[in-house]
Amino acid sequence: MSLIRLHKLSRRYQMGTETVHALREVSLEIHRGEYVAIMGPSGSGKSTLMNLVGCLDTPTGGTYELNGNQVSEMNDNQLAEIRNREIGFIFQTFNLLPRSDALRNVELPLVYAGIGKRERREIALHALTSVGLADRVHHKPNELSGGQRQRVAVARALVNKPSILLADEPTGNLDSKTGTEIMALFEELSSRGNTIIVVTHEEEIARQARRIIRIRDGLIASDEPVIK
Amino acid sequence: MNFVTELREGLAISWGAIRANKLRSVLTTLGIVIGIVTVTLMGTAIQGLNNSLMERVSSMGADVLYVDRYGWLIQSRQEWMNAMKNPDITLDDADILERQMTLAMAVAPVAQDDTPVKYKKQGASSVPVLGTTEQYQITSGLSLEQGRFLSGAECDGGRPVCVIGSELATNLFAGASPIGETISANRHDFEVVGVLEKQGGFAQSGGSDNEIIVPVSQFTRVFSSSPDYDIQVKVRSVADLADAKDELRSILRRYRHIAPGDSDNFAINQQDQFLEFFHRMTATIEGIGFFITGLSLFVGGIGIMNIMFVSVAERTREIGVRKAIGAKRRTILLQFLIEAACICVLGGIIALLIAWPSTLLMRQMMPAVMSPTIVCLALVVSAVTGALSGFFPAWRAARMDPVEALRNE
Repeated sequence: MSLIRLHKLSRRYQMGTETVHALREVSLEIHRGEYVAIMGPSGSGKSTLMNLVGCLDTPTGGTYELNGNQVSEMNDNQLAEIRNREIGFIFQTFNLLPRSDALRNVELPLVYAGIGKRERREIALHALTSVGLADRVHHKPNELSGGQRQRVAVARALVNKPSILLADEPTGNLDSKTGTEIMALFEELSSRGNTIIVVTHEEEIARQARRIIRIRDGLIASDEPVIK
Repeated sequence: MNFVTELREGLAISWGAIRANKLRSVLTTLGIVIGIVTVTLMGTAIQGLNNSLMERVSSMGADVLYVDRYGWLIQSRQEWMNAMKNPDITLDDADILERQMTLAMAVAPVAQDDTPVKYKKQGASSVPVLGTTEQYQITSGLSLEQGRFLSGAECDGGRPVCVIGSELATNLFAGASPIGETISANRHDFEVVGVLEKQGGFAQSGGSDNEIIVPVSQFTRVFSSSPDYDIQVKVRSVADLADAKDELRSILRRYRHIAPGDSDNFAINQQDQFLEFFHRMTATIEGIGFFITGLSLFVGGIGIMNIMFVSVAERTREIGVRKAIGAKRRTILLQFLIEAACICVLGGIIALLIAWPSTLLMRQMMPAVMSPTIVCLALVVSAVTGALSGFFPAWRAARMDPVEALRNE
């Protein structure tokens, strides 16, 4: 069974009098354990697709089924719950809370999931250890390097054991060496069975995935496996 | 996530935010501090005023009924016109009450006038003079500093004697003992037999410091032959006040031959009426005072709202992140509400720390009481102000679109 099933998914924006069709009846399936790259130039609709898949936005047409949940029908609060439970976000700019230390940042999804203090501390410590930051738990984001920050973000994304890891240009703000390290971490996570979706415009990054979906003008231009 | 953990998280987050922007938090809090200080001091002052007023009024004799030609508090022209038709209160009225009332401890007719007073070269042009009986000492609750009060025999028509107030004694005799001396009032001689204890204070209760009390028989001879009396009736016990009032009314109505159904042609006054009047007066002062001080609190609240809008705007991205990883609307709303309430409660606590010593200072000039009620009220008011002024900014934060919020730089 598919983990993600998009059926004729559309998203229109009203810009003044003009209607912008960011996404036009896109249908797509992604299975559990897949490692997918979504590519496309800016303005192609890939960000819109990512926002919809990440349940940050709701479609104006079509249906979206995530892990058996009809997401396209949900209200704000239900979506917040789904995001908390099913999706781990990794952003280009890391988006860590600047005033909280690494541990506190990683704990946050568990806080919103309503997990008790002691338990969430344990889980968060474990997640930080698994990304190799066991010795940095009480550092604030501004005391960490870019690569370390992104690792904290990865730990935060993983901590709720979500169905999908959704990464938006995860190496965009990193030098190539740290970028490679993060991609190696993704490779490892994928081999452990995590479902990963990476949105990128870099061919090199996309080729690390097993499948590349190219978006152009709100439509899927191509969808093919990566031959290594 | 349940509400309690949400509250706890909200508190932790707010505390962090407040500490992160120390100067801003302090300035915002200042507005609330000033608001709460003024409200608290106002409340304290009003309560103090109220308490002292109550004390003074009841020291005037809560267990005394005053039979007068007019009611003390005439509230309409009609009432006034009716009262004008009432006959004067006479000594006979007092006499019948004294003989027939079973619930009265003492009955004293009191006539009043003003008179020039002289002793040797010292003098005063206008001094209140009271004509009454020996029972007045009981009804008025006055005590003597020197000498004795008027005796029954003197009041029934004996020698011209008088009792004088302490201030008058000081003015006329300048420290020498007035007992046995003779003073002249309205060109008639009176022998001083007693000096009243100093009353101090204000208004009517303090009036006795400067007055002369003479036997009623002398009063009619020297000052006014048929004055309008008022009759003071001291009741045996405060608990019998209502019964005594009924008894008094029926005796007087029978004596004056008032037909059943006709209204009284006299008035029975008591301190209650004054108390009620004072309560209404202080309620008005309270209302106006709290309105004005409320305005300053309102200004403080606007300050909070302003800062919360800034806080929300500059944390847009944070709100986006929180929403992306699962914060619901309610969670975000609560977070900012708690932050606003925290600033205000903090302000409230600081305000109380300022208001408390200020109250002690105020006490030098006037009676002031800072009650636990006022303390609680101040804290509740500050929290409510915070929640109210934090609501719109928090609501804006809670409704943010996560996609937009995350895009914010």
